[in-house]
Amino acid sequence: MTVASDPPARSHAQRPSRLFKNMMAKIASIPMILTALVVFVGGTTWTVVHSFTGSRLLPKLNWVGVDQYERLWNTDRWIISIKNLGIYGVCSMIFTLVIGFTLAALLDRKIRFESAFRTIFLYPFALSFVVTGLAWQWILNPEFGIQSVVRGWGWETFTFNPLNDPDTVMFGLLIAGLWQGTGLIMCIMLAGLRGIDEDIWKACRVDGIGTVKTYVQVIIPMMRPVFITSLVLIASGIIKLYDLVVAQTNGGPGISSEVPAKYVINYMFQAQNLGQGFAASTMMLCSVIIILIPWAYLEFGGKKRG
Amino acid sequence: MANADIYTAALAADGPSGPKPKRRFSRANIFLYGTLIVVSLYYLLPLYVMLVTSVKGMPEIRLGNVFSPPVEVTFQPWVKAWAEACTGINCDGLSRGFWNSVQILIPSVILSIAIASVNGYALSNWKFKGSEVFFTILIIGAFIPYQTMLYPIVILLREIGLMGSIWGLVLVHSVFGMPILTLLFRNYFASIPEELFKAARVDGAGFWQIYFQIMLPMALPIFVVAIILQVTGIWNDFLFGVIYTKPATYPMTVQLNNIVNSVQGIKEYNVNMAATLLTGLVPLIIYFASGKLFVRGIAAGAVKG
Amino acid sequence: MKLTTKLMAATAMVSATAVSAAELEVTHWWTSGGEAAAVAKFAEAFNATEHTWVDGAIAGSGGTARPIIISRILGGDPMAATQLNHGRQAEELIEAGLMLDLTDVAEAGGWKDIVNPSGLLDSCTLDGKIYCVPVNIHSWQWLWLSHDAFEAAGVPVPTNWDEFAAASDALEAAGKIPLAMGQQGWQQSGAFGVMAVAIAGQDAWLAVNADKNAEVAGGPEYAKVFEAAVSAREMAANSNVQDWNQATNLVITGQAGGQIMGDWAQGEFSVAESVAGEDYSCLPGLGVNEVLDTGGDAFYFPVNDDPEITAAQKELAALLISPEVQVSFNLAKGSLPVRGDIDLSAANDCMQKGLEILASGGILPSGTQTLSADTSTQIEDLMAQFWSSDMSAADAQAKYAEIIGNAD
Repeated sequence: MTVASDPPARSHAQRPSRLFKNMMAKIASIPMILTALVVFVGGTTWTVVHSFTGSRLLPKLNWVGVDQYERLWNTDRWIISIKNLGIYGVCSMIFTLVIGFTLAALLDRKIRFESAFRTIFLYPFALSFVVTGLAWQWILNPEFGIQSVVRGWGWETFTFNPLNDPDTVMFGLLIAGLWQGTGLIMCIMLAGLRGIDEDIWKACRVDGIGTVKTYVQVIIPMMRPVFITSLVLIASGIIKLYDLVVAQTNGGPGISSEVPAKYVINYMFQAQNLGQGFAASTMMLCSVIIILIPWAYLEFGGKKRG
Repeated sequence: MANADIYTAALAADGPSGPKPKRRFSRANIFLYGTLIVVSLYYLLPLYVMLVTSVKGMPEIRLGNVFSPPVEVTFQPWVKAWAEACTGINCDGLSRGFWNSVQILIPSVILSIAIASVNGYALSNWKFKGSEVFFTILIIGAFIPYQTMLYPIVILLREIGLMGSIWGLVLVHSVFGMPILTLLFRNYFASIPEELFKAARVDGAGFWQIYFQIMLPMALPIFVVAIILQVTGIWNDFLFGVIYTKPATYPMTVQLNNIVNSVQGIKEYNVNMAATLLTGLVPLIIYFASGKLFVRGIAAGAVKG
Repeated sequence: MKLTTKLMAATAMVSATAVSAAELEVTHWWTSGGEAAAVAKFAEAFNATEHTWVDGAIAGSGGTARPIIISRILGGDPMAATQLNHGRQAEELIEAGLMLDLTDVAEAGGWKDIVNPSGLLDSCTLDGKIYCVPVNIHSWQWLWLSHDAFEAAGVPVPTNWDEFAAASDALEAAGKIPLAMGQQGWQQSGAFGVMAVAIAGQDAWLAVNADKNAEVAGGPEYAKVFEAAVSAREMAANSNVQDWNQATNLVITGQAGGQIMGDWAQGEFSVAESVAGEDYSCLPGLGVNEVLDTGGDAFYFPVNDDPEITAAQKELAALLISPEVQVSFNLAKGSLPVRGDIDLSAANDCMQKGLEILASGGILPSGTQTLSADTSTQIEDLMAQFWSSDMSAADAQAKYAEIIGNAD
């Protein structure tokens, strides 16, 4: 899509000065400008600046250099949080893309009841992470949930208790996270698939290329932008991972399902060590920027408009 | 499906494009539907489990498993979750939080959409020097972890004297809803033929005149989409609700957390599940009622031009 | 308090509007059965005056509640009163002038003479001024034992930690969980502290917690504590609950042999109508070293511009520590009263034991009084990690000593 090209005001007669050109649009954009500058730029700068201080309960400008960062990277809990986010992030990206695309491809095959299936796959997206976490906590409960049901069928040694097992707890979270999030990606993929010309399919069929092969070799490469958008969406959700963990495991057992966002909140408020919390959130911010800047550049900055 | 006709009307243009299945009961078809049905079960399972658990009594829960249908249906857990569950010495369940959520929701949705639609309009039709820069900041802002912003916002709200009031929370929701909504409106307005806008300019119409008389009436579908997104998003918010309000104005999600985490004696799973379902009910109703539009909104917001 | 009331009455007469009643919003994180029953006593007493108690309970223990409480105070929209653990948590808020000075109320009520142990009032004092009202004494040093569980295992109810540890095999054989433990850092860290006092002894405990002596923390006395913690970890291996009161419930219902938990567990036993000495026993100091730490809860009153609210805040402050309220509240909560001059004959076996120890002076400061929230959180993280993994005693001790060495 293209954006309206020339600033329309230019078509008018001379204006007194550049500043007053488009005056009303500028006034109307004040909320946006304030949000961008004061909240987003100002707020993050404030946080980054204070991460170099020894602030405890109240923000103070008593500089301590990079002490907070040194301590951060020497803390087991932070390292575990990063690892967990890595495991969750990689699995979540792969599975969400694969499941999302597969479901979209299945739905795109002129099937009956398409809208029924689509409704089912997407409804979890309407529910909050708190609700998602509680529901899955209950299903994965070893005494009443899946484990006890399978044991009830006679398989006495069956063990499926991810929420109480430090080694697999992240997968317990993943099951819930995928349940909530794959529907959205499926929707986006489906929209992408619908945008592909019918003739491509015809051409492939004429050439005798199989269905699966067509998807892998022709369709997926064509959907590159859709995949990139999906990846960015998934990635931004992963970094924000917090509510789900709090509701489903609260970081447990022990600290084996801690995530960075939870570390930030805990150290800011519970440990009353703002500097430490800010240092951790600055690290999160850095990772967002690393992911986003190239994308934002390609999407919004790279090409000249008009 | 009730929304089948909305669906056909809305998406008549872009039908399925995959290869045509050959026969009705071919092996491929059985595999196709089989997979879809199995996957559907996975998606439906939590809803089913929540429903059956919420209508069982505690003794039955302790004996049975989570999947078995209730032997004796009781609506007591629902009553308790709505009106009787205790947090501290307040025993009025979720009901209080429901009305608080409504009071937070309505102004938040109106304000955030009003601001974002004007933003989108200005960004697509009235670009000025630097407007794209602000927009890019806004978009990057959409991905900033909220935790980074919590504390500065406490200070901002204190400075403007809105901390703890519903209006403070409304402002926070408007600010954090702005990026994605602005994107949505910007793309929509950009897709409206430019000739319309130019003709209006030639007739001497100004910024607001064009917005209210030409753009607004044409943008109704995207407004519906924005409303759906905001209603579900704001209703489901927990973090802002818990930090920027006070007990008297806690939204429903915070009350839900209070009820679920206030264990008095034994954990009452049935009440918890009823409370969970009650809290999820509003977005679910919005979702099922809006059907196709919800899907379109998400796709429109994400697959942008 | 009388003076205030008179003044208020005078003002009311002058302005001819007799509206002196104020609504005070009070935040706290007391949401379990026993806790809610206790806080209701405060509310009843306060509502009996012309004022109203607006309850602001926040569930999910201090971890969820504290951010909300602190951000509201900082955000300039404070509640009228709030629970906080006294000690070092509120220091900075006081220094920033955000907390109401209660010195006049304290002097009028003679708190200096009645509060026992006096350390509780010291934790509320900064630069000679008093900023909080201690409402109860909570001690961590208790082992709660289920008579049913030991009967089923065919062993007598133990009288100290060693006997308890020895009985764990028998308990396990009878299908019981030897030690109930909620899987949350603060519970595991608390239990560890209790074992430290009992096993390493009082002096070593003080050296580590008060003087932050990293050598002692890494030394042989503490090595024994970590060894004991390893065996406790094995005993608690099957305890899959999260909340402390769910763990207590395992003891109440006889599914678990015992639980190391503070005296607030008492409230759960009384809500379940269990009788001390018949259905359950309690061992202060794990039956080894009969001392109690004297932590507890305190109420702080954030500064408010409205003089009517300020007057009502001071009234509430005086009320919380008044004899009748102290008795009714502490009986419900299972904690000990902060004043030594009241009759607590209604207290059960376990509370009487606690009162005796208190009277004989076997007291320690609590961890929240000596360690900063930052250090406590780091220890909690370590303990959470230790209890849920197979970290060796030596590794855990090394990390522990490092945290103590860096403590401020």
